[in-house]
Order: sequence, then structure tokens, then C-alpha cells
Amino acid sequence: MLSIKNLRAEIDGKEILKGIDLEVHAGEVHAIMGPNGSGKSTLAMLLAGRELANVIEGSITFMDRDLFTISPEDRAKMGIFLGFQYPVEIPGVSMVNFLKAALNEKRKYLGLDPLSASDFLKVMREKKALVEIDSRLTNRSVNEGFSGGEKKKNEIFQMAMLEPKLAILDETDSGLDIDALRIVAKGVNKLKTSENATVVITHYQRLLDYIIPDYVHVMYDGKIVKSDGKELAQELEEKGYEWIKEELAMNGIIQDKNYK
Amino acid sequence: MSSDQDKLLNEVTQSDYKYGFYTDVDIDSFPKGLNEDVIRKISEKKGEPEFMLEFRLKAYRHWLTMKMPQWAHLTIPEINYQDIIYYAAPKQKVRPENLDDIDPELKATFDKLGIPLDEQKRLTGVAVDAVMDSVSVKTTFKETLAELGIIFCSFSEAVREHPDLVKKYMGTVVPYSDNFFAALNSAVFSDGSFCFIPKGVRCPMELSTYFRINAASTGQFERTLIVAEEDSYVSYLEGCTAPMRDENQLHAAIVEIVAMQNAEVKYSTVQNWYPGNKDGKGGIYNFVTKRGICKGDHSKISWTQVETGSAITWKYPSCILRGNYSTAEFYSVAVTNNHQQADTGTKMIHVGKNTKSTIVSKGISAGKSNNSYRGLVKVLKKAGNARNFSQCDSLLLGDRCGAHTFPYIEVDNKTAIVEHEATTSKIGEDQIFYCNQRGISTEDAIGLIVNGYAREVINKLPMEFAVEAQKLLQISLEGSVG
Repeated sequence: MLSIKNLRAEIDGKEILKGIDLEVHAGEVHAIMGPNGSGKSTLAMLLAGRELANVIEGSITFMDRDLFTISPEDRAKMGIFLGFQYPVEIPGVSMVNFLKAALNEKRKYLGLDPLSASDFLKVMREKKALVEIDSRLTNRSVNEGFSGGEKKKNEIFQMAMLEPKLAILDETDSGLDIDALRIVAKGVNKLKTSENATVVITHYQRLLDYIIPDYVHVMYDGKIVKSDGKELAQELEEKGYEWIKEELAMNGIIQDKNYK
Repeated sequence: MSSDQDKLLNEVTQSDYKYGFYTDVDIDSFPKGLNEDVIRKISEKKGEPEFMLEFRLKAYRHWLTMKMPQWAHLTIPEINYQDIIYYAAPKQKVRPENLDDIDPELKATFDKLGIPLDEQKRLTGVAVDAVMDSVSVKTTFKETLAELGIIFCSFSEAVREHPDLVKKYMGTVVPYSDNFFAALNSAVFSDGSFCFIPKGVRCPMELSTYFRINAASTGQFERTLIVAEEDSYVSYLEGCTAPMRDENQLHAAIVEIVAMQNAEVKYSTVQNWYPGNKDGKGGIYNFVTKRGICKGDHSKISWTQVETGSAITWKYPSCILRGNYSTAEFYSVAVTNNHQQADTGTKMIHVGKNTKSTIVSKGISAGKSNNSYRGLVKVLKKAGNARNFSQCDSLLLGDRCGAHTFPYIEVDNKTAIVEHEATTSKIGEDQIFYCNQRGISTEDAIGLIVNGYAREVINKLPMEFAVEAQKLLQISLEGSVG
């Protein structure tokens, strides 16, 4: 479904992604872990089409199409969903209007008729129940005055509404208390099918107690330095990122002045 | 980063002004120029009583002593008042009583504008007075309204049929000497609407006037007078459009509202005069004096305006809160794009005790435009417990436009409470990208965000016009930063 090959990108002359390779197939859950500044969010933004970084080399294909030639809104309509680390507020725009516009754009792209108001509200009710989001939130303006946790829940709700093929969740667990974390994870798990895939970007292992990944990738200094099954997350949690650095330094893969 | 935003906003495509067509009808018009003879001829054309001609001449003589105001934050090219046609009318022998007698071209024009003159086709909730250039073409639902004692007709007709009412109220809220453009209008006004709601009557439908400038080189100078007697209610709407032309055309109107005890008047405007092209060529100069007086106790006047058109807008719908416990509101969205300029706002003059006014102004500037809010809140000595709340927000698109706020507050009574809040914000790339990521194009995203921003005002409009206004906001901002 998603194929990233030797992706290199820079921001203001500084190389942030130094050759990423990643294959994601339908039905899979991938976790990308790594310390701050390792390039995780830059990668997420590039997939969604926000060109904060310039691509130097490499390719991204999604459903066998070159993503670089596709606008952010068309990527969304093709089924790429980004759960934002910091969802923005759009004052005065109701969640209903916002999601109706989004959903009908997608339907138009797929050659379907727009949903009638009553059908739309029916879908909205179902999805609200599925991800356990309060009507109090969906009756308000997009993210306006939401707490950090509410914003993240709202991202999962939007994901439920838009039924993406590929969901990229960027630090969805940050700022969540344990109850909110459980609700968000439950939502993600319920939305999982054999047809879609999820890439969970996270700093901590704790989200992975609830969302069980098929693969865990460790990103460090712009590269995926280790990939393995779900046990890797556990190991990371126990030993910390320092362990990875040490291991890499010992193998001579990275040259870090702290690990001669 | 700003070049990124320019690029982003540039992606939005340029669209044409949808109402820019011209109707080829036979026109009866005067030669260009203004003098006492022209005024006499206008009055004669209209079959006016003597008092009206005197009023016009007095206004004209006063106007000659006045100079165009310079205080607004506007760059107004010099206007040659001798180079304007002051009377132009589609040729019709008599004003038709029957729909079948109206020139089909005219009917088609208003159909095209979405204002069918056929009562059967109209949404039943709205009566329309359709004005093209200097004359009213047709007023719908006149008979239905007359049964309730409501008078709704063209201003010219009111002058002939109800001279006493016109004489009693005209010029009492906006005297001819009020300002330069008011004096000019008082001298040469051509048509407009008159509306009288008798005591205790709640007008069952929206009354509306649709103004259309059609002929070239003409100025439009309409006058509207609304009188609401004790315990009455009326909601009034005004819409306007003009053909696309390279020349600038002058529109200088007057609206007067009188609300007696317990009466309520809601006045809504969706102003969409031709704004000029994207290089700033052509467009309407919109210099309008609108004022209402809450004459009786517990009366209420509310102005709602959505201003998207005109090359230059100079307009301050105001209220004099004379009656005790009277209430006034001003809700405004003003959009400027490309080279448009707007200096708009309100004046709230608190005279009576326990009077209350609310001002909500939302300015949206894009392109190379300039958008100013100018407002005065004045509390006179005897206006005990007067209250005002003002909120002035500005939204900027791109980095080549300007937003300005000029609030004036004069309070002569210690018990008054006056509040003023102001914000300025920019549409963020983050907001646009967030919408993009959900499948919404940049153009639609700007429309959504702007409508969200203006929602508080749009919600004040009668429903069908709210929908129109929403679309209009989006259209006006297409190609916003070029």
C-alpha cells in the first residue's frame, strides 16, 4: 500500500531524513518510535503533503501512485489520514459542517453522490458511539476550546468518519491521561480492518500496550535503525533509547561523540 | 514563510463577478451634468408636489457650499459631478400595474439576478421593490400588504400618493445638510422604497428592495424611508448589483428609519456592487448615509450588513437612541479584496435613559485592499445607565492588505458602561493545511474559515439571505492574494 524508498529530505540545508525505507501493507499496524528530533513528524508531514522539508532524493508511492505528484487534498481523498500532533482550532466552523464538507469531497472523488443531511447525521451518530466521543464536542466548532485530550479524541473521531486506507497517527498519545489513552486506542483498534493500515508514531511505549503493532521501527537521526516485531517496543521501554544508541555506536553505524 | 502563503493563496482561482452583465433596454436619460434645471426636470419627471422640489433645491444650494469629506481612510480619486448622468430610466410609458406590461427584457434581468418579479415564483415570505437606475420597476405583494394597512411602494409613488407621510418624516433623521453626499442625494434622488407599518401591525413578510445600476455613466441616488409606528415590527432587506465597467460609477443613497414606541425594525443589507477588476479598474463608489432613530421608549433598530462589493465604501449605518430603554444593534461583515477600499462602521448616539447598543464588526481584508472600521459611541449627559458593547475583529489574508480600527468613545454620563474589544488575526497555513488533509481544497478551506469567522453576523440575516451571503463571502475572496 505504502512504499517509501531511500527518502532523504532537508530543512534549511539541514538533512532531517537521511534515507528512509518503509513498506506498509494492508492489514498491518506499524509503530515508529524514536527520540525527539529523530525526524518522525517530518516524515508524517511529508506523507500528508505538507512540504516543510525539501525532498532531496527517494520516492513515496501510495496505491502504486507517486505521492509527490498529488496534492494534499487528493492524498486525503485517496485515503491518507493524518492524526495531527497539534490539531488546530477553526473558530466558528462547526464540526458538522467541517466533516460534511470533508466526507462529501471524498465521496465526490470516489464518484459517489453526497450524503443527504439525515444520512450524514446518522453516520455521525454511529461513529460517535464507536469511538465514544461526547456530543458535547461534536456540537462545537472544530477543536475550539478543546482540551489537549479532547483534540486527540476528535482526531480519532474524524478518522472514523473518513474511513482512511492509511492512517498516520502522529504522537496521538502525547498529552493524554490513561483513560483518554485507552479510549483513543480502543477507537483505533475498532477501526482496524484487513483493508486498511495504521502507522503509529510515538515517543513512548505505553500506547503500544493498547495498540498492538505488527512491526516496530526505531528512528534515530533521520534513519530507521532497527525494525522488529512488537517485542522491540518492550525492549526499548526497558532499556531506553540510550541502548539503541550504544548498540549502534558499537556496530559503528552511527558516530556519536558520546559513544566513542 | 510568507511567500509560501502567497503561493497558497494564489492557488485559489480568479472568478468573475457574476452580476456584471448589462441589459440592453431603451433608456430615457438626461444629458450629463448637474444644475437647478436638471433638478427641476427630475422633479417634473416624477410628477412631484411643490414641497419636494423646494426641498431638492434647498439641498442643492446647500450642497454647492460643501466640500467632499476627507477624513475617511480612503483614497478617493477626484469626482467630476458634471460628468454624471443624474436621471436614467428604462423606457416605459406608465409604470405597469400588471406584470404582463413589464418589458420582458427587464423581467429577464431581474430573473437572472434571482429576483423574479412574478409573485407566483417568489418565495412567499418576501415582497420586493425592484429598482433599476432611477426608477422602481415593480413592487410585489403590494395589495396583500395593503390589506394590513402596510404601505410598501417606490419612493416616487409615496411622494405622489402619501405626500403627508413623506413630508412628515423625510429628512428628520438625515437632514439634507447632514453631509456632502446626503446633500447631493437630497437634491437629485431618483427613486427608492417607502415603507410604513401602522400601529400594532407585525409585517408578515420580509420587505426588500433590490437596487440595480444598469445604464452607463449614471449615478444612482436612491432614498429609502421606513416608518414603524407604535408596537409594530418589520424586517427589511436590501440587495444591490451593477454591470462590470471600466468607469467608476457613483452611488450615494440615504436610508432613514423611524421606530416609535415598542416598534422594532431590522434592516439587512447584502451589498454586492461591482467592486472593480483585480487591477482596481472600475467599480462603484458607494457613499451612503444610513441612520435610524429609536424615537419611542422600548423601540429597537438593528442593522446587519454584509459588504462585499464596491470599489470604495463609505458607510456608517447609525442609530440615535432617543427613547428610554431603546436598543440598537450593528452587525457588520465587510470584505475587501484586490484594490477595494472600505471605511465603514457605525455611530451609536445614546440620548435616552437605560439605552443599550451592541456593535459587532468583522472586517476581512485580502489582496491589496484596505479595510477600516470607524465607529462612534456617544453617551449624552442625560443618558443614565447607557450601555454599549463593541467588538471589532479584523482578519487578514496575505501580507499586502491593511486592516484599521478607528473607535471613538465620548461619554458624558458617569453611569454609562462602554466596552470595546478588538482582535486582529490571520488565516493560518496550519488551518488551511488541516482542511486540506481532510480533503477540503484551499479555496473551500478559505471559504469555511471566513464563514466561521463571520458566523455571528451571518446568523443575524434572514435565512435565505444568510445562505446567499455565505456564498458571496467565498466568491468575493476567490483569487484573494494576487
